[in-house]
Amino acid sequence: MFRVTRRYQFAASHRLHAPQLSDEENRLIYGKCNNPYGHGHNYVLEVSARGPADPATGRAVDPDALDDLVMQHVVMPFDRCNLNDEVVAFLFSVPTSENLAVEICRRLKGDWRAAFPGEWPKLDRIRIAETPRNFFEITADEIESSQG
Amino acid sequence: MVITRKVEFSASHICRNPELSDRENSALFGPEANPLGHGHNYVVEVSVAGQPDPITGIVMDLKDLKEILNREVAGPYDHRFLNYETPPFDRIIPTAENIARDIWTRIEPSVEAPNRKLHAVRVYETPDMFVDYFGEPPCSA
Repeated sequence: MFRVTRRYQFAASHRLHAPQLSDEENRLIYGKCNNPYGHGHNYVLEVSARGPADPATGRAVDPDALDDLVMQHVVMPFDRCNLNDEVVAFLFSVPTSENLAVEICRRLKGDWRAAFPGEWPKLDRIRIAETPRNFFEITADEIESSQG
Repeated sequence: MVITRKVEFSASHICRNPELSDRENSALFGPEANPLGHGHNYVVEVSVAGQPDPITGIVMDLKDLKEILNREVAGPYDHRFLNYETPPFDRIIPTAENIARDIWTRIEPSVEAPNRKLHAVRVYETPDMFVDYFGEPPCSA
């Protein structure tokens, strides 16, 4: 059994502000991430899939199929975007890296079967780095997909 | 507790299944199927899991692990054309998956001891693509 990981990058802006809280509470909780004008990051995303090696190819994952899936559902819709204003999920939730990880995992899981119709490989986990000093990891089993 | 040591090697390879046509290989492997080969700077991270020895406080002497990796990985792999020079890749395709499994097989007998076992072999083919192998049976991840 192998776990294969590919790394992707996208640049996006966000503002952390919970509408249920007062401006003062938001400033206290989110600090400079609450700046009303927003700010940006170069996000680094790692997507891991697991499975046995295919005897014909010696590979556990077709990297082109994974690239197509991640590009279509994450990199293209998120790169050079304002996450708060341009990603529907963040009209209803704060685009923290925790919520971003859940949204990315949900998107990949939702269309996983179309990209990988067989039993293997399975989506294992994703990890997103907001800066080089912090990263957020979620396993695919932890979340519900959008399409099951 | 898990300890990890890194070893690097540079090698060339071709990812091509001889039972398939050129067109099928090209569709499967893309530029990796180039029959003339191409190279990577591979980075390998070997992780050993175990309990620290009560007297020395270490899981495994990292100098010993370094020597094992130099002998079993850098020796046969560094500055080689894997398909032509490093068995078993005369018979199996040198994908990162198969390289990880081959390294596991080569080093496991030297690494294992009553207080420790081989935990994972991670092979970076490029900084943007890596494979983790946890041996068989299936990974605990």
